[in-house]
Amino acid sequence: MTWIVRRGRALVVAVPTLWLALFFLIPFLVVLRVSFSEPAIARPPYTSLFDWDQGLLTITLNLGNYAYLLEDDLYVSAYLNSIWMASASTVICLLIAYPMALWIARSPMKNLLLMLVILPFWTSFLLRMYALIGLMSPTGFINSALGLVGLGPITMLQTDFAVYMGMVTGYLPLMILPLYSTLEKLDGALLEASHDLGARPWRAFLDVTLPLSMPGVIAGSLLVFIPSVGEYVIPALLGGPDQLMIGKTLWTEFFNNRDWPLASAVAIAMLAFLVVPIMFARNALGVKE
Amino acid sequence: MTAPASPPTRAPKSDRAFIRIADVVKTFDGFRAVDNISLDVAEGEIFCLLGGSGSGKSTLLRMLAGFETPDSGRIEIDGQDMTSVPPWDRPVNMMFQSYALFPHMSVARNVAYGLKQDRLPKSEIEAQVKRMLELVKLDTLAHRKPHQLSGGQRQRVALARALAKKPKALLLDEPLSALDKKLREETQFELMDIQDTLGTTFIVVTHDQEEAMTLGTRIGVMDQGRLVQVDAPRDLYEYPKNRFIADFVGSVNIFEGQVTEDESDHLRVGSQALGGEIYIDHGMSCQLGQTVWVAVRPEKMRLRREAPEGPVGGAAQGVVEDIAYMGGLSHYRVVLPSGQRVRATLANRDRHDADAPTWEETVWISWPPAAGVALLS
Repeated sequence: MTWIVRRGRALVVAVPTLWLALFFLIPFLVVLRVSFSEPAIARPPYTSLFDWDQGLLTITLNLGNYAYLLEDDLYVSAYLNSIWMASASTVICLLIAYPMALWIARSPMKNLLLMLVILPFWTSFLLRMYALIGLMSPTGFINSALGLVGLGPITMLQTDFAVYMGMVTGYLPLMILPLYSTLEKLDGALLEASHDLGARPWRAFLDVTLPLSMPGVIAGSLLVFIPSVGEYVIPALLGGPDQLMIGKTLWTEFFNNRDWPLASAVAIAMLAFLVVPIMFARNALGVKE
Repeated sequence: MTAPASPPTRAPKSDRAFIRIADVVKTFDGFRAVDNISLDVAEGEIFCLLGGSGSGKSTLLRMLAGFETPDSGRIEIDGQDMTSVPPWDRPVNMMFQSYALFPHMSVARNVAYGLKQDRLPKSEIEAQVKRMLELVKLDTLAHRKPHQLSGGQRQRVALARALAKKPKALLLDEPLSALDKKLREETQFELMDIQDTLGTTFIVVTHDQEEAMTLGTRIGVMDQGRLVQVDAPRDLYEYPKNRFIADFVGSVNIFEGQVTEDESDHLRVGSQALGGEIYIDHGMSCQLGQTVWVAVRPEKMRLRREAPEGPVGGAAQGVVEDIAYMGGLSHYRVVLPSGQRVRATLANRDRHDADAPTWEETVWISWPPAAGVALLS
């Protein structure tokens, strides 16, 4: 019996492990491997790492790609700009999502409101971004409306503002949902106790609601921050041509310059940039548990 | 009518109404949760609000704390109108049923929380926290988090936190319901000791009549948003106002009957249910032939094989249907020829009473003349 249980447990774990190994670990290793080769006019367009010639195994590790990332300040500033924009989007999302999540959690119609939050997921992400173009273009809804009252037009597309709009509208639900789930579980008696002991509403929020919703704040921020850093679609569609973001840079290296090794190095470096904050956040969450 | 002997209750500090609830009504979606209640509580009293779920007792307590606002009526605490004062400005504190301890704060920080809101100097806060934790005997656990405590310890933290600000009144919502029976009994007495030490007015909401009887100097029984009777525990038990109270507080036998003799110092009631006449040693304003209900507590019943001698309040012959042995007591259920079942409780004085009436035996039940109470409704 215990044998079956033990085997069963191993089987249950084996499926996701296999899945992750096949579709995450192996592609990651392929990218890592490519990042250490040199570009070549070949198919695939990079040199191989291993060379076997008359019993002599030569392993060629080209670190030039990583060195190049530091040499050309294009990459460093693209990384910094991406992190800055992702952080700003995360903070804006948090500021908008927190009151919304709090309101939904205390509303008698929470299921309907939650449904409305999830509703945008039914349309494709790309489509929603195109809709934003329609909204913000020089002849779009907003500018036409402004024109009617004799104002505008305002240039919104191809600015940082447009990118922030895209990021915030695109990722807001990912912030609301974890916040909602922690706020909804919050025992109302705790707030009453705080009021009873002399805390006014704002004080009670700072002392009780906010600290007890930190797991939701951290989870939501990660869910918004991580995809924002590597975001390609939003800056490509809504941002200006001079806007440096790492996702766009990666695309250019890969498709326009056909420099797969350098593109892979960019991707690996971005992963390293992301892993560090995740580790921090994980530790912070781990302490809570 | 013989005046009810006044029971030995702890006397309140003064008779002045310290908490005054006047004509308070609270409606939720058309449902009258609290239906025109007026009540005065004296300073230093332990007042118990007793009632079943949905009787409005918790709503009344929440209005005292300020979490609900009455639709109409007035609430005064120590002479000041509190009707629309928010909870954070009220001189009362509440001990919540779930305790509502802040899970992210240590025991000491939980107790200090209310004092911090008053921006007291740090040294003063620390001294008061220490005093409170000593009072509830938790001074060694000051740095624990609530989840590291047992249920009984959490209850004490909640008590210490609610008392730390020296409130004019402490509101307790089902204070002992989360504890097991043994611990509950111990805690009841501790709660009374603490109240004795501090002299704070306690208002306790409970559904447990034993708890109300032990703790309360007075008990207010609530039903469907109304206060049905307010009395000291003994008066409530021995002189219930109507059948609801008699049945709600303790267990009772009720015999329906018609008044056959109505004198200033006694009543006689003919009861078909009993199959005989009932004598009651108090007079009552009623008419001949009027239907009344006679309440007799099971522990006042006598159970014998022989017919009772001397004056009785009532007597009838019946068959023992059931016996429940409870250790200290045995509960008998006797069926009368009329079909009415009578409960009688006998103390088990001997370890093995071979002569005790047993199943299917024909016995006489009777009660002394002073045991029964006649009720008009």
